[in-house]
Amino acid sequence: MKMNIKIWRQAFQTTRGNFQTYILENMDDNMSFLEMLDVLNEKILHEGGDPVSFSHDCREGICGSCGVVINGRVHGPLQGVTTCQIYMRHLKHYKTLVIEPWRARAFPIIKDLVTDRQAFDRILQAGGYISINTGGIPDANATPIGRHIADQAFAAASCIGCGACVAACPNASANLFVSAKISHLAFLPQGQPEKNHRVESMLKAMDKEGFGNCSNTAACEFECPKGITLKNIAKLNREYFEALFRSSLEEHPTHPHHGKGDEVAHAAFHDTHEK
Amino acid sequence: MNKLNPNTPDGNLANKWKDQLFNFKLVNPANKRKFDIIVIGCGLAGSSAAASLAELGYNIKIFTYHDSPRRAHSIAAQGGINAAKNYQNDGDNVHRLFYDTIKGGDFRSREANVHRLAEISEKIIDQCVAQGVPFARDYGGHLDNRSFGGAQVSRTFYAKGQTGQQLLLGAYGALNRQIHKKKVTVYNYHEMLDLVVIDGKAVGVVTRDLRTGEISSHAAHAIVLASGGYSNIFYLSTNAKASNATAIWRAHKKGAFFANPCFTQIHPTCIPASGHYQSKLTLMSESLRNDGRVWVPKKKNDGRYPEQIPQNERDYFLERKYPSFGNLVPRDVAARNIKEVCDEGFGVGSTGLAVYLDFEDAIKRLGEEEIESKYGNLFEMYELITGDDPFVTPMKIYPAAHYTMGGLWVDYNLMSTIPGLFVLGEANFSDHGANRLGASALMQGLADGYFVIPYTLGNYLATANVGKPDVQSPEFKEAEKSISTETGKMLASNGTTTPDEIHRKLGEIMRDYVGMARNAAGLKIANAEIQKLKQEFKNNLKISMQSENLNDSLEKAGRVKDFLELAELMAEDALQRNESCGGHFRTEYQTPEGEALRNDRKFAHVSAWEYIGKNKQHKLHIEKLKFEYIKLSSRSYK
Repeated sequence: MKMNIKIWRQAFQTTRGNFQTYILENMDDNMSFLEMLDVLNEKILHEGGDPVSFSHDCREGICGSCGVVINGRVHGPLQGVTTCQIYMRHLKHYKTLVIEPWRARAFPIIKDLVTDRQAFDRILQAGGYISINTGGIPDANATPIGRHIADQAFAAASCIGCGACVAACPNASANLFVSAKISHLAFLPQGQPEKNHRVESMLKAMDKEGFGNCSNTAACEFECPKGITLKNIAKLNREYFEALFRSSLEEHPTHPHHGKGDEVAHAAFHDTHEK
Repeated sequence: MNKLNPNTPDGNLANKWKDQLFNFKLVNPANKRKFDIIVIGCGLAGSSAAASLAELGYNIKIFTYHDSPRRAHSIAAQGGINAAKNYQNDGDNVHRLFYDTIKGGDFRSREANVHRLAEISEKIIDQCVAQGVPFARDYGGHLDNRSFGGAQVSRTFYAKGQTGQQLLLGAYGALNRQIHKKKVTVYNYHEMLDLVVIDGKAVGVVTRDLRTGEISSHAAHAIVLASGGYSNIFYLSTNAKASNATAIWRAHKKGAFFANPCFTQIHPTCIPASGHYQSKLTLMSESLRNDGRVWVPKKKNDGRYPEQIPQNERDYFLERKYPSFGNLVPRDVAARNIKEVCDEGFGVGSTGLAVYLDFEDAIKRLGEEEIESKYGNLFEMYELITGDDPFVTPMKIYPAAHYTMGGLWVDYNLMSTIPGLFVLGEANFSDHGANRLGASALMQGLADGYFVIPYTLGNYLATANVGKPDVQSPEFKEAEKSISTETGKMLASNGTTTPDEIHRKLGEIMRDYVGMARNAAGLKIANAEIQKLKQEFKNNLKISMQSENLNDSLEKAGRVKDFLELAELMAEDALQRNESCGGHFRTEYQTPEGEALRNDRKFAHVSAWEYIGKNKQHKLHIEKLKFEYIKLSSRSYK
């Protein structure tokens, strides 16, 4: 198999990038897409150039590190897989592969195909957890959780944080990512005590990072390698309305993370939904 | 040979940990905030340790070379986590889990540590459920269990095939909470390149920011290493691409002894390499051997498709050699036998390094639907990677390295031979002896992080009288300088061999001579070959000259350099251990039936190696293993 490989090269976040074309020959059907990049990089290195930087680690679709756009499709042309699970036999009908990084304001390019997705971490730091210290916990079976509830929580919790949802979205919205964590914890009894605060705090953090708004195009759901569904966004919205309603009824400024600026989050939310 | 003291508390096995907890000195709550702790690595052990220590009030800095703590390789663990909960009422208890783990490790682990692990196992499950980890449940809403190899009870908790992911996200959540509270500072994209020791105590690290090349020093009152294992020394392994030995190896060179480096676990059922470009290997669950039959053609180099080979021309070698366990022999036995038939020329596939795992009979017996419901997701994964449908043509499998039982030596309190340097999870050697049981790695990582280190580290801080170290002190400056010099040297090298090429060659040597079966002659060849590769690295390295932004080839070069040195020690350790046990199989030491032959009289000990200088032989120290509660016996699977 012989192919033209057109790759986005950008040395630094602040410098201009451009496409460069390489030609690779003798590729095997069973070569993974990332192994093709490995082979290309060895070639570039031997020719005295700087290899293409790309994120990758586990190469079995679970760490969430990898992610590029291949010929316009996030994580390549297959559904339900990550970039590392694409093999050259899936791409052999193309003469040229155009490979680009995730494009989103909140994910600045570090180099070539590597983007900075730490915005996701900051959103989760704002409340994507159950506040519990180590130790002093009752027995794990003390609170039964119905199997269908546990399964739904698991389905939402299987998000790998790759950012494909943002890259696929015309608005570069992070709603699917945020909703996956909100749903996961909102389904479980352990997640109830903090649920109102959690959704408000995480949405506020999301807005601060510069992600776009959700306009229900469902591109995120279509491209998500882990099958996270739009139902999670619906649940996020319900959770948010409930939180708004309750926080107008209850005074709870005593929560340690609840501070100024919530009005901004509320306003941003209404921007999205009142159009 | 000097003797090492594991500092195991006296008293009855079941009370050792309780007594120790009472005897520990404590740090006053108001004083905890005066102590800084550095954690290296953010997998299960690192994240759980950092979060738990921060909750107590210590100030934590956590370092990872990933872009986010959630990427750590713990995320890829599939099967599950063991705990002696006895939820299935099948007679499980702490002593049984302890016993299974010691026996599974082929009697090469420390009784007191393993017993503590079994005691703690129950609390881990409680903790994780409270964090919102969505374990599998039954229809009544209670936690479900499954069985794993090496145990006759169902004690494995799981979340589909993504248990590691869910546990790591739980620990990552706990970590995020502390980051939000500003008790933890996280340094993504930072790789630890050196450990700083002042007055014999570990007080800091030197790191490199992978995005800018900036070298910086960080000081603390104690250091926790939780940087994982070193299976990637084999180049092809089930580990993630970035997993490496650099943090533990550089700590080793600063005085931390390295224990049992030759104890590595090779998993028998992985998808084989398909060509020279192969970058890593993917595990296929052990459960497939319940219904799949392993075979090779009876004729050497048989080029026919499997479907064309009639039954009487197939050799079901595991069933033939182990009639009672058949295809379900333990991991080490299966792996070794597969390698043997391939070495003899019976292997299949384009490389000859694979055997068939055939579901034809099971499909006939149970029907396609039943097989689909049992193994559907695994079959899909296999088809995605290889393009072959296991319903139509047999799977091809081959063993691959995937866990290292060896690691930095630690005492009962998880402290290395450098005071103030603690080592957790796969990075230490402590609990799995010569062979780890399935679903025990997650248990150990979380036990160390959540429930051991918060106490043992407190005791160290309360008693060691460590002053606040200063990053301006000459020891830090010297370490920074030596890292800069070394990086500069690599960047200036202008040879023709890339780090990956050297790493691949190293992997071949390790797989051929220090892999599933070893012998003295082969180990000596390995040593000679490694020396040649080291020269190649020194004189003919080729990397990218980019120094102020991401440079994969530079990162790899540093890691490969450390792997080359560790490889030498692995071969030496394997050569010195004149017996076979668990994952360490020396062909000279086997029973007439070809099983591992231990030598308890001479080798019931931990081999801990001390680094005493460049180009000098490592010095061996011995920790005798005493078995007071379990009788040494041999394993048989005929």
